[in-house]
Amino acid sequence: MSAIVFYVLAVITVIGALGVVLDRNVVRATLSLLIAMLGVAGIFLVAYAEFLALAQILIYAGAVTIVILFAIMLTRTTDLNINLDNPQRPVAFLIAVGVFVLLTLTFIYSDVPQLAEPDSVAVAIAESNSTGFETVGDSLFNQWAIPFEIASVILLVAMVGAIALARGDDNEPAVDASVEINEVSA
Amino acid sequence: MNEFNWTYIAVVVVGIFGLFAFLSTVVISLTWYERKTLARIQMRAGPSRVGPHGLLQPMADVFKLITKEDIRPTNSSGMLFWSAPIIVFVSAFLVWLTVPFADGAVVAPQELGLLYIVAISTVGIVGLLIAGYTSSSKYSVLGGIRAAAQLVSYEIPIIVVVLAIAVLVQSLDLRDVVLGNEVTIGERVISFGGQGAIPFAFIMPLGLIVFILAGLAELGRTPFDIHHAESEVVGGPFLEYSGAHWAVFFLAEYINTFVIAALTILLFFGGWSWPSPPESIFGTALEEWQTDALGVGWFLFKTYMVVGLFFWFRGTYPRLRIDQLMAFGWKSLIPLSFVNFILMSIVIFYDWPLWTMTTFSVPILIGGLYFGARRTARKADPSTVQMYRRASRDDGGNKLVPDGTGD
Repeated sequence: MSAIVFYVLAVITVIGALGVVLDRNVVRATLSLLIAMLGVAGIFLVAYAEFLALAQILIYAGAVTIVILFAIMLTRTTDLNINLDNPQRPVAFLIAVGVFVLLTLTFIYSDVPQLAEPDSVAVAIAESNSTGFETVGDSLFNQWAIPFEIASVILLVAMVGAIALARGDDNEPAVDASVEINEVSA
Repeated sequence: MNEFNWTYIAVVVVGIFGLFAFLSTVVISLTWYERKTLARIQMRAGPSRVGPHGLLQPMADVFKLITKEDIRPTNSSGMLFWSAPIIVFVSAFLVWLTVPFADGAVVAPQELGLLYIVAISTVGIVGLLIAGYTSSSKYSVLGGIRAAAQLVSYEIPIIVVVLAIAVLVQSLDLRDVVLGNEVTIGERVISFGGQGAIPFAFIMPLGLIVFILAGLAELGRTPFDIHHAESEVVGGPFLEYSGAHWAVFFLAEYINTFVIAALTILLFFGGWSWPSPPESIFGTALEEWQTDALGVGWFLFKTYMVVGLFFWFRGTYPRLRIDQLMAFGWKSLIPLSFVNFILMSIVIFYDWPLWTMTTFSVPILIGGLYFGARRTARKADPSTVQMYRRASRDDGGNKLVPDGTGD
């Protein structure tokens, strides 16, 4: 049964991912991204990782998609209709295939518990009678506290840097979105 | 979900249809309730022609909306245009799957219920943005951008207040929040909340006020209805929708109103638990279903009271300006919610009595809201708000030029 659910979710995720790559309309591609993200969240649920699934929905399906849409709406729509292909296309294709082969090989030769035999995982989780939420918190804030803090600091640095770049000169007037929208619609 | 259990799946499917019927009824009642409340505040009669006291007016409105022609702007992308209301509605509806009406009356109880509610409701914002973008109208685009900016900002105080509640109860399960939770730390068994305990509203009044204000903003209700402000963006993201699709947005909006009210009751006012057990009030022993039914009734009564408060706000307050709105969110509510969270963590960590939390909260709440409101009421900062007017014909025609500062 869980195998059927997994394959349904996998098909949804792949269709969503293909939509992201193949669709020429950027907003429609973002919607496909949302579908792919939700599909991945569903796969996490099949693998008994409830916390990961909810974090996936909150951060990727929610926040990241919103930020992408926000960026699209605030830029000039005319700029987005330019040709999305460029001479780097074959290189990008090679790199993508290489990453795919690498990931597949890693997955085949690692001892990750396979989705095809989820019974062992299911039994372990049923015995612990928990979503593993406490374990996640404990390892994040006790065992791996320093890497967690370093990751937070890096994110903070990136955020401060982004604000400093976007802010520009203090004497410059702020960029106003309404003017651009007006130009686009005119 | 440890097994793929067919009975469980059947219960969930029946529960989803039951929930849909229930929520539709609630939304229909809420529209009547809102119109009557606003009418009373403005000394009008409100709906009074269809049915006794206008009770059937919502039904007439539903028939009107369903039979109305569904129009799509020529420039919009069909798939995106029709999918936006669905995204908004589905995310509003899915939240209800894990909201408990009483101990036994919940479709799918979840250990991570609070996280689930926060996560699912974020997805709805995507729908608003897409609706704004595909309508190919500048008011819709502006409304969509406003909606995203507002909802993303006010999500933070809500999440942090919910976290403080989770710290207080040591659980993310909404049933634990109402029924209380027992945690074993070493040898000690500590119990949190539960029947007869003080409602959390008295333990963290700061959290309650921040939650209600941020919740109102999250709903886009007055005084925070910036993203569909009729006098500024003519209805915002919903501008180009008509008929049944507009009705779906409307449905989602009222379902969200009800969920924020229900969460206020569940998190801060003891949910379905009566002030004292129903047995002691009625003097007889009660079956389990009777206790549950009484619990659901009490819970719905309290939720409708909170919704009434929201309608009262709408009838009383004018709308905030957009820079006031963002400043109030980022400079007042977010710091206050963090103060609330840190105080709660300190109180729980050092095992102080819970009334210390109340003592800390009240002065911070009063001071914070006083300074927050004073700063919000100031004139606009010229660097954040810039008004434009059309240039005169000999000055370049169809161009916008800065026109002083907004106030």
